[in-house]
Formats: sequence, structure tokens, C-alpha cells
Amino acid sequence: MQQIAAAPDGRALEDLRVGALGKKGTIAELLKTLGGMSPEQRKIQGPLFNGLRDRAAEAIATRKRQLDDEALEARLMTERVDVTLPAPEIPEGSIHPVSHVRDELIAIFADLDFRVAEGPDVETDEYNFSKLNIPPEHPARQMHDTFYLKPQPDGARTLLRTHTSPVQVRTMLAQKPPIRIIAPGRTYRRDYDATHSPMFHQVEGLVVDSETHLGHLKWILEEFCKAFFELPAIGMRLRPSYFPFTEPSMEVDIQCDRSGGQIRFGEGRDWMEIAGAGMVHPRVLEMCGVDPEHYQGYAFGFGIDRLAMLKYGIPDLRPFFESDLRWLRHYGFAALDVAALHESLSQ
Amino acid sequence: MKFSVSWLKEHLDTAAGAAAIADAATNIGLEVESIDDKAAKLAAFTVARVVSAEPHPNADRLRVCRVDTGKEVVQVVCGAPNARAGLTGVFAPPGTWIPGSDFALKIATIRGVESRGMLCSERELQLSEEHDGIIELGGDFAPGMPAATALGLNDAVIDVAVTPNRGDCTSVHGVARDLAAANLGVLKLRPPSSTPGKFESPVRASLDFPSGKENACPLFAGRVVRGLRNGPSPQWLQERLKSAGLRPISALVDVTNYVSHGWGRPLHAFDAAKLQGHMRARFARQGETILALDGKEYALDPEMTVIADDAAPRSIGGVMGGDDSGCTEATTEIFLESALFDPVRTARTGRMLGIVSDARYRFERGVDPEFVIPGLELATQLILEICGGEASALAVAGRVPEWRRHIRFDPAEVNRLGGFHLADTEIAAILKRLGFELRDSGPFEVIPPSWRADVHDKADLVEEVVRIHGLGKVPATPMSRPYAIARPVTTEPQRGASLARRALAARGFAEAVHYSFIPRAHAAMFGGGDDGRQLENPISADLDSLRPSLMPSLLAAASRNQARGLAHVRLFELGVQFESGIPGAQSQVAAGIRAGEPPRHWRRAVVQPDAFAAKADALAALDAVWTGASSVPVKTGAAPWYHPGRSGTIATGPKPLAWFGELHPRMSAAFDLKGPVSLFEIFLDAIPAAKARSSKSRPKLEASDLMPLTRDFAFVVDGKVTADQVVKAARSADRKLIEAVELFDVYQGSGVAEGKKSLAIAVTIQPRERTLTEAEIEAIAQKIVSTVAKATGGVLRS
Repeated sequence: MQQIAAAPDGRALEDLRVGALGKKGTIAELLKTLGGMSPEQRKIQGPLFNGLRDRAAEAIATRKRQLDDEALEARLMTERVDVTLPAPEIPEGSIHPVSHVRDELIAIFADLDFRVAEGPDVETDEYNFSKLNIPPEHPARQMHDTFYLKPQPDGARTLLRTHTSPVQVRTMLAQKPPIRIIAPGRTYRRDYDATHSPMFHQVEGLVVDSETHLGHLKWILEEFCKAFFELPAIGMRLRPSYFPFTEPSMEVDIQCDRSGGQIRFGEGRDWMEIAGAGMVHPRVLEMCGVDPEHYQGYAFGFGIDRLAMLKYGIPDLRPFFESDLRWLRHYGFAALDVAALHESLSQ
Repeated sequence: MKFSVSWLKEHLDTAAGAAAIADAATNIGLEVESIDDKAAKLAAFTVARVVSAEPHPNADRLRVCRVDTGKEVVQVVCGAPNARAGLTGVFAPPGTWIPGSDFALKIATIRGVESRGMLCSERELQLSEEHDGIIELGGDFAPGMPAATALGLNDAVIDVAVTPNRGDCTSVHGVARDLAAANLGVLKLRPPSSTPGKFESPVRASLDFPSGKENACPLFAGRVVRGLRNGPSPQWLQERLKSAGLRPISALVDVTNYVSHGWGRPLHAFDAAKLQGHMRARFARQGETILALDGKEYALDPEMTVIADDAAPRSIGGVMGGDDSGCTEATTEIFLESALFDPVRTARTGRMLGIVSDARYRFERGVDPEFVIPGLELATQLILEICGGEASALAVAGRVPEWRRHIRFDPAEVNRLGGFHLADTEIAAILKRLGFELRDSGPFEVIPPSWRADVHDKADLVEEVVRIHGLGKVPATPMSRPYAIARPVTTEPQRGASLARRALAARGFAEAVHYSFIPRAHAAMFGGGDDGRQLENPISADLDSLRPSLMPSLLAAASRNQARGLAHVRLFELGVQFESGIPGAQSQVAAGIRAGEPPRHWRRAVVQPDAFAAKADALAALDAVWTGASSVPVKTGAAPWYHPGRSGTIATGPKPLAWFGELHPRMSAAFDLKGPVSLFEIFLDAIPAAKARSSKSRPKLEASDLMPLTRDFAFVVDGKVTADQVVKAARSADRKLIEAVELFDVYQGSGVAEGKKSLAIAVTIQPRERTLTEAEIEAIAQKIVSTVAKATGGVLRS
């Protein structure tokens, strides 16, 4: 038994097993002698010999497990890798801040059943201006430095939309109130400096029904800003302003603190302009086939790029469209960082 | 629109300071862009007198001054060469922030002598760049008084952004009128005055417009003032103009600018000695030109209004005067013009000629038609006061056009649109304060004042009431929720675009957003560049063409990134490409590229930018959007910018769903790209719409308990046979039992004849009802071999 427990390896153990339990092994030989014994003797010696056989088998099995374990341990010790070696590539793709912020806007307004509407980038004068109560020679056209296309083969004159408001027009012409939409998209103005890009993104909101008034507009702007900036409260100031397609019109400022070269929202005593808004002008309703005596509503517009800059501290507009991979990775969002109200709009 | 507080107070009786005025203005829609309040900035600085100035014991260039600050006499060490006893200057006590030096002053010991304050230079106060010496105040100022007062800077300047509808607020008086309506003060009304003519105007005024176009200039008034002396205007007038950012020129010009800026009434003074005959307002004649006051020659067209004498146009109506009839120092006799020009026509003329002027600014926003004559009288008075001389009687042509409009206005509109209750009397009071005339009650009949051409209907009146009452007082009202739980708001294509975007980002692509316009040369390489997609007025010559494909933007971006040292670039964009320059001729595309050698990896298992990387990218994005992606056919070849042999088109019909492949070497050279480039374009609008389903329930899963088995086959086929043909043939050998066929090896070389290739496939056989016998399996294998041989000529490789 001692020899079994001390067997140095599998081969020695096998030799011991054959020597003890093999056909000609010592225990087998002992068991064979039982045949020549008297029943009384057998009664005494039988259990004795069988017990010996079982104990030997047990001891061999135990030792075998021990030796296997040791062998496995020894093999594992030789199978070490350098885990600091780089793993196969982990793709580091990213979502552009404009896309992410647009998704945030959609998530917020979806909660109040604003449908996402879209329209073409190339527009007619009628949809971009006239039906929005901006007749030719209107001074407001100077606020929109418009890109025009060369005359089309049929002589038609088209332009790149200067705002997403033509989607309002298209929606009202296609659908009866009640209407609740947001219209995110590309917009274009002939302007290029540190804070202007000839292409940028806007989101337009439009509500038309029989009851929506200025108080509702104020409420949605407040609720939107809290949700978007992910703040429990944020001061807001509405300033009367002018847009040809809304009446009354206003610009929306939110409370901020600019001290220390950084903008923080929801605190401080400064104001930051973030949107234009107003009640849809009755003439616009009329031109879009909606009776202003029965229906009313509001419209608002935010700059998506601007919202992205403000929320995520992106200092400059122009790099948005320059595709510097370093910029895209730094300011971009992970593929699965999906904007959702039930989690958080962003990581 | 800039004005100083003291100019405003000429028109408004108020005790409010600059900050309160600015707040009130912003709250009623006159957005204050800036307040330049030097008095507030310099509040800590006071007048001080140098009592004595002795040489510094330890420094040659410094002096030790004893300075009377009005409160006490303090010791100041000063390095200015002009520091001397008797000088009256500007003193900053310790603790003062010195704006020009950007530090807070402390009590200091300078070379062993204590200094308790500073005598300041103009640069230290940010008044100018002057720093050669300290400020010397001319005049008798008592020590201790605010330095800003002594420097004549106690007048804050407010800059207001006037919206294009508010022509009435393009003057100090107009701003004062609006502020008065908001109860910030009381509007000062100018006593009506008129100067009786000492003689008949030798220059007659007339209107000469074709019938139906009289509105170009319905009223033209003027008069001659003679025997005057032109010269610099008085100090007060110069100060007023300077505070508004206007340059004083001469008394005559300054008076017209003062009336224009102060009262919103643009005027023009012609040097009468340079005029020939009489003056008339008419349209310019074809071929007429004018040298304007800005020194430039302008060609006029017959849609432009001019004021002309018997010989030539002397002024572009409502825009700018002519140079050769302008006033100079030598002018002694003028014809002073005040006219009413049509806003639309003035805007057009200004735009066509590219002239931006104060007159155009006011006329195109609309001036008060009732103020044509009063403005002329006001200017006459000022000219007589300042320049002397005598005035003729008025020469008037035309008359004030009818401006009264009657608007039926139910005060309940304020509640309907505004969402808050305001008493009828309060509504009426606000409108009256703004100069509106009200008749009746219940529904009012409202007549907007002559200066409010922008107010037309009920909504406009609601806006007036709301802005004066205060937008801040409108209570926020929660909107109703149409559904208790939000419902989906995106369309299927919108959702698809979002999924494609996330799929590509998850594959390691960075999303880019590029301009919709690109250089025409690039557009031409990608099937565009035609006139219909050209911008008429691009921002620059290389952003002049609507992009026919997203690819040139991506290739250019990859090239820029490579130029910055990033060898491997993975970019995608999800955006529009344009088929023509008409609305709606655009489609949504998801496009991406892998460019350049990928970074090396010790396991060497990197994805090379080749046709198969592109295929995988395209299929992954397609699969995210569309359930049919896995079984859609692929054909060789794509658009001309792809490598013709290493590209493919994924399509179910004539319209491609996607292109993928390697970049054509010529494109690679054109965009200066280094290394291999793979690319793909997915035409999201071409993806078939999913069938509307009444239920989201899925078909029952069929998962057999019987063990599937796999058999490998290698076929030697002709080099032209595609993998797809072999796989399809094998699949068709037994549609019931063969569950999958995967191609796992392609081999050409030793053992395979020239022009042939070996394709190895693994066929998965799924027993359906019972385990298959060896004989049955062998039969299927034979069927596979014979079917493949029949379809492709392939033979089993031995």
C-alpha cells in the first residue's frame, strides 16, 4: 500500500497494479488459493482477501487521480501566454454628434407623439419662402442668404432650403390637423466663418390643432430643454422677435454661466439663445390649406449642430463637416449608445 | 441701431439707467446686443490732483507724488514723464481692476517707497493705445468726482438689433416710443413747428411716374435754403452722431443724419448751385448712370426710382445721393429733399446695385408716411439754427398715401392664441399706448398708427399685446398626451437608416457628415457635374456642384486623413445624393470606405480593404435594414469608379440595392489615396418595403432532434464558374435534406490544371424523420456530385 501511494508516475503505478491485481498478481494468486480451502476457512479468508483486493484497487485509483491532477497542473504551467498581447481588433466606429443629437431630439419628442417628417433639400421658392409668408423683396430674405441652382432644363428656379420650415408647408398640404411633427434635416445658407457653415442642420417642430396656444409652446420648450440638457431645472427667457411665418414670434434663451471659459447650463446669470419659435402665422395656415379660424398652433426651430456644440462642449462648428478621424472619434458616440428616455440620452 | 442713453432721453422722460433700459428693450423685442457703459466700467476711477512730485530717492525715472484724491492726500510712485505738481489726472485706488493692464492694483513698495494707488494712462483705461504719459484732464474738475464724467464718457451706448418688420424702431424716437408703451417712461413729443417760407422755392418738385406705378414715390417734398454757411457741426451734434457710430462730416450732412437716426426720416441735401432746373422723382432711363456719394459709378435701370434735375439723375431714390450735387464746405444754397419711397422697390434697387446705406435700411423697412413734411421742417429749423440762411416755402408733389387699415379684433384672440386671460381694458390700454386707435368694444375696430405698416391682422395685434404685457408672464401649460404610452414616430425607411448607421459604426466605421455640394470636377467623375446640379452662387468655386454620389466626399476625406498621417481610414456617411436639381430628385444612401493598409497585428488576421471586405460591409448594413439580404443575388461589376473585375452589384431587379468592391486605380490616383481602398454604396430607397404584417408572431422553430452530418466535397471547375453556381447546384441536389452548403476553400495551382480551380464545399445534411443509413447518405453524395457536374462541369477532385 505504501508503494502505491508513493508510485512516482503512471507507469510505476500500472506495474504495481499488474503486480497486485493482474491475472498473476499477488492478490489474484491469493484469491486463487480460496478454491482449495475448506468452507470454514473460506468463510474467514474470503472477506479478508476480497477486502485486500478492494483496498488495493481503491488506493491505485486514488493515486491515479493524484498523478493525473499533478500532470494536468504541470501541463497548464507550461501553457502560459502573454495576456498583455493585443487582442484581435476591436472595431472603434462612431456615430456623428449630429446623428446622435438628432436621435436624442426624436426620442424626446416621440414621448409626446411628434412624428418625424422629412422633405427635400432642393426646394422651390414657393415652399421655402412664399408659402411661409416671405414674399419676394421681403427684407427677411436678407436674413437667409440663399443658394440658388442654375436654371433647370425646363426653366424652373430652385434653391437649397434655407431652413427646414418647408417641411411644415409640405406636411400641412398633405395632412389634416391635428398635426404634431418634428422635421430634422440639412439646411443651407451662403455663410462661412468661425460660427457659420454653408450647410448645417435644423430641427423644426410644428403643432396644429384647435387648441394649442403660446402657453403650450412655452411648456414644450421648457420641458425639451430640461430633457435635452438632462437637468432637473433650467431658467428660460422668451424674447419677442420676428419671423415672417410666426406671429407672435420669439427667440428662446436659456440660463447659463460663462465664467471660467466654459458654458454650464441651468446655473449662472447669462443667457444663451437656442431657438426661434412662435404661433404659426394665420397667413401661413391659410396658404397651406388650413383654416386659421378653426386651427392654430406653434412652430419652433433649433440648430442641431448648435445643440450638439452646447451640450457636448464642442468648440467649433466647421470641423463637424471636415471628417478628421481624430475629431470624429473624440466627439462621436459609440454604436450602441442609443439615445433613449428610459435609460439616458447619452453616456 | 445704436444710441446713447442721453440721446434716448431727448425722446423719453425716464429715470431708468442703461441696464434697466436695456432689459426693458429686450423684453419687448428690441434685442440689446451690447451696452457700452464706460461710466460703469470706470466707476472706481476718480479725478485727482498732483500736489507735489519729487524725484524718487532710489530711481532716476520715477517720481514720488503726493496726490489729492478729494478724500485724502496719498503717496503715489509714478513713472510717467509728465507727472508733475498741478496736473489733474485720473486716479485708481488700491484694489481697482485696471482694464488695460488686466490686473488688480495693490498697495506696493516700489524701490523702497510705498505707493498707494496709480495715476493712469489712456491705455490703462482702454480708451486708446496712448501710454507715453498719464492722462491730463483739461478743464476744471474737482478731485474725487468720477473720472468718466470728467472724460465725457458718462453716456452709455446701447446697441439694439431691430428685426426687419420694425421699421418704426430704426430711430431713437421709435425706440423711445416703444419703451414708453412698456411704461419705462413718458414719450416726449416734439412741438409741431413749421418755418414759413421767405420766398417761393426756385426749384420745383414734381412726380413723373407711369400710371399704376405712382406708389414708387407718392410724395416728394423739398425746399431751398440759401445764404447758409456749411462747416463743422456743433459739438453736441457731433457727440450725438459719434455715440451712434456715425462720422460727423459737415453741418448740413450731420443734420440730415441726426434727423434720420433720431427720427427715422431720411433726407437729402443737394447743393442747389450744382442743380440744373427743377427736381422730379421718376424712373431711371435705360443707359443712365450716376456717380454716387460712395465714389462709385452705378448703371441704373428703368425699375429704379431717381430724383433728377432737368439734366440728369442726382440721387438714387431712397438709397444714395449723387456725388456731383453733394454738399461741400463751399455750399451756400441747398435743395433739401424729403420723399416717400416704396420699400419693395428700394430694396430691389439697393440689392441690384449692391449699396448698403442708412437710407436704404430705413426705406426698405418702411418709414412713417406722416413724417415726410414734419421731418423736413425739423431739419430746416436745425439748418437755420446752425448754418444760418433763409428758407423758401415748401415745394410739394403728391400727397401722403392712405395708410389707415381697420382691423376687427376680438380681445378673446389674446386668450385663444396666447393662452392667458387679460382684461379687455388692459388689452385696449396696451394698444393705445402703442399709438393704435381703438373704436367700439367687444370686438374692437383697431387702426394701427402710421408708423406701423407691419401690423395687418389679429395675430399681429395679439403679438403687440403679448410683447408689451410680457412674454415672461405667459403661463406654461402642459400639452395633452394623445396616447398614454408613446407610439412609434418614425417611418420604416427612417428606422432603416438608423439601423444601417449603427451596424456600420459597430463594424468600426466612423460616421462622417459632408457638404451636399462638392467640386464640379469631382461630381463629373461620378456621373454629375451637369448644369442642372450647379449652384448659381456657390460659396467658393470648389463647392459648386450638388453631389451625384457620396463617394467623392468620402474619398476626399480619406485622402485628407491620410495626408495627416492616418494610414488606415474607415469612414461612412448616411446622406443624400442628387439625381438632378429639382425638388425630390434625391435619394438616401449609406456609403463607406476602407482606405490604406490596415494596422499590422501579431496574429496577422487583419481585414484587408478588398472586394470581400466591401461585400461583408455592404451585406452587414443591408442585413441590418432588410430581412431579404442573405439570399439576394450578386453580379460582377458596379459603377465606373469601381475596379471592373473586383466589384459587385447586389440587386433583385433592375435597380441596384448596393455596389461594393475595390476602388478603380484611376480614382485612387485622382484622390491621391495610398494603399488598397474598398468601398460600398447601399441605396436605402431601393430596398423593398417589408410586407405589412398583422402580427409580429414568428413561424414555429423547426429544430430537429436528429444529429446533422457534414460531408466535404472538392470540385475542379473551369476558372469562369462562380462559387455561387457550385453552391446552388449542390443545394438543389436534395432540397429536403440538404440544409446548408458552405464554400470553405478555393485552390488554384499544383495539382489543378491551368485555367481550372478547385472549390471545396461542406454540405450539411439534416435527417428529418429518422437517422439515415450509410447507403442513403452515399446516394445523396452521388446526387450532389452529379448535379454539380451537370450544372457546372465540375468533377470531384481526386
